Amino acid sequence: MFEEIGTTSNGDLQINVGPQHPATHGVLHLVLTLNGETIKKVEPHLGYIHRSIEKMCESLSYRQFIYVTSRMDYLSAHMNNHACALCVEKGMQIEVPERAQVIRVIMDELTRIASHELWWGAMAMDIGAFTPFFHSFREREKINEIMEETCGARLTMNYYVPGGLMADLHPDFQKKVKEFIIQFKQRIDEYDQLVTGNIIFQNRMKGVGILSKEDAVSYGCTGPTARGSGLSSDIRKLYPYAVYGKVEFEEILETGCDSFARYMVRIREMKQSIRIIEQLIDQIPEGDFQAKTKAVLKLPKGEFYTRVETARGELGVYIVSEGATTPYRIKFRSPGFSNLSALDSMARGSKLGDLVAMMGTLDLVIPDIDR
Amino acid sequence: MWSLTDITGRLDQWLNQTFSSTWVLVIEMLIAGVAVIGLFAALGLVLVLMERRVAAWIQIRLGPNRVGPFGLLQSLADTLKLLVKEGMTPSGADKFLFNFAPYIAMMVAMLLMAPIAFAKNFQLWDLNIGVLYISAISSIMVISILMAGWASNNKYSLMGAMRSGAQIVSYELSAGLSVLTIVVFSGSLNVTDIINSQADGWWIFKGHLPAWISFVIFIIAVTAETNRAPFDLAEAESELTAGFHTEYSGMKFALFFLAEYINVFIVCALGAILFLGGWMPFHIGHWEAFNHVMDYVPSSIWFFGKTFFLIFLIMWFRWTFPRLRIDQLLNLEWKYLLPISMFNILLATAIAILGWHF
Repeated sequence: MFEEIGTTSNGDLQINVGPQHPATHGVLHLVLTLNGETIKKVEPHLGYIHRSIEKMCESLSYRQFIYVTSRMDYLSAHMNNHACALCVEKGMQIEVPERAQVIRVIMDELTRIASHELWWGAMAMDIGAFTPFFHSFREREKINEIMEETCGARLTMNYYVPGGLMADLHPDFQKKVKEFIIQFKQRIDEYDQLVTGNIIFQNRMKGVGILSKEDAVSYGCTGPTARGSGLSSDIRKLYPYAVYGKVEFEEILETGCDSFARYMVRIREMKQSIRIIEQLIDQIPEGDFQAKTKAVLKLPKGEFYTRVETARGELGVYIVSEGATTPYRIKFRSPGFSNLSALDSMARGSKLGDLVAMMGTLDLVIPDIDR
Repeated sequence: MWSLTDITGRLDQWLNQTFSSTWVLVIEMLIAGVAVIGLFAALGLVLVLMERRVAAWIQIRLGPNRVGPFGLLQSLADTLKLLVKEGMTPSGADKFLFNFAPYIAMMVAMLLMAPIAFAKNFQLWDLNIGVLYISAISSIMVISILMAGWASNNKYSLMGAMRSGAQIVSYELSAGLSVLTIVVFSGSLNVTDIINSQADGWWIFKGHLPAWISFVIFIIAVTAETNRAPFDLAEAESELTAGFHTEYSGMKFALFFLAEYINVFIVCALGAILFLGGWMPFHIGHWEAFNHVMDYVPSSIWFFGKTFFLIFLIMWFRWTFPRLRIDQLLNLEWKYLLPISMFNILLATAIAILGWHF
């Protein structure tokens, strides 16, 4: 696997991008084969941040293992927790109170906005514009403050438990979310002015990193990456969970298949997330935030699979239970891994500068890929 | 007013009385050299701080404001840090070229200072081909970048250097052509003559359309020539980590860094001299009173004001635009800027011959 890296026999240049490289946003290691500036091959090497989370989960109880999953895709911690909680609830057949379900959806969508904010800033930085990063972090900070008040954490929330939520909402939650919505609606137009409409940006994004619909299916791409190729893959629409079946929102589909299409999917998704939050924020029902569950959870013998739509795509949780207090085997289907596998076919033939833009539009979170 | 001619004249007189004429020349050259090095260092510090404050202002943050009043001593502290840092040389590098490259970058930047007129009668060397001299010397900059990239024995450095080579060589053409437009108008390559030709109005006002076009092209081309964003492909930190200076550290890196800022200053000073009248005050037609008030503003303030306005413009670009791709960069030059500049210089020549400019 680790053949010698240098110049190949036919004169192509091989370079290492990563594991420490400003564009990989983490410890991803790509071995590029270049002909001048043109990319001939991209070979991702993984494993630099492998923490064997799946194995760790097998020795933790059904209440405990959820907290480890916040560390997988740390930008959509709520969604990871949601998937695990759903899987345990499915196995135990726990009815989650309506209040908890609504709050979960609001939290998920806030997380999605925060994640897309960070992606927007980081991607603009990848193609050389520094300023958007600071602008996006200004709004992301507001979400983090809201999260901090209610969940007590800013990144690894650990707010969801099997059967509902860890704690009730902070009294200021609704007020602050409404303030945020008003602010954010103005800001997102500012984003379009600063980046989307920029001619240099459009030239850099349009027509590069082509991922056809067929390729997206065969590589198993999900989330905004697949939807940029016109592949309908929104789990919230296809297999509604929590209260997603009751709210109105669009599944964003772009048919450009290029980097710009994937960019626009995420920008438009942020607006849809705001739409979902707006519908729910005044409709949070009264009641318990947690169902009454047994002190020790034991999943019945069998196999359980649930999936949610994280900010990056479909996250699947697969639990095999032998009827004990800990899972027999647990497997996560992470969206980043499949999306990364499409990078090679997308990047071949394009320039080195475009590779960075493509990686930006794939929105890779390396701990999610390695786990 | 505020001219240094008195002081320099008296100094020259006194030196001539005390020493032989050869020694006078040597001493005067030494003084000029020290003045350039001092200006070089001071400008570097000011420009780095200015860049950081402008960036902070655009990025809704504060920027350096802790070291000294308003963070004025921040660059000084940074320089001190870079001075005491170890200057590493990679084991596979060509040691001589690797260590020599930053000095070429700095020497080029210093040589470029010579024909710039900082104020009325304040110029190191008023040679009669001043503008040509600047164009010629600034081409040497690319050699230092190629040398640094090649000698580092690093693939990122090599790619950065090759990008930079292609970029600087291409953009020099349209920068040169837009400079020529003004040379055609003023009929001289001498910096003082060009400034004096703008006594009754700057070329950007007098030169009609060709002057505006060449001003825009000049700003774009010099941004590319000095490797500044959106044309910073030689560095391109998200693609090539740090481009041609990936392997440089400590003071060797600082010399590249300083040279970049001095180059920005020089090209902006050139832009101010050619298009905005250098140290010439702003005059409006026959508004005698207004023109008199403008005359009272010292010429050095006019020069630095215009130059720093252009520098601010270039910094503004950097913190607003994303980076171009290498093929787009070369397309922009060879398919758009160069044909436009060529057409523009024809237009300028026609206007100059027919005497249509003011």
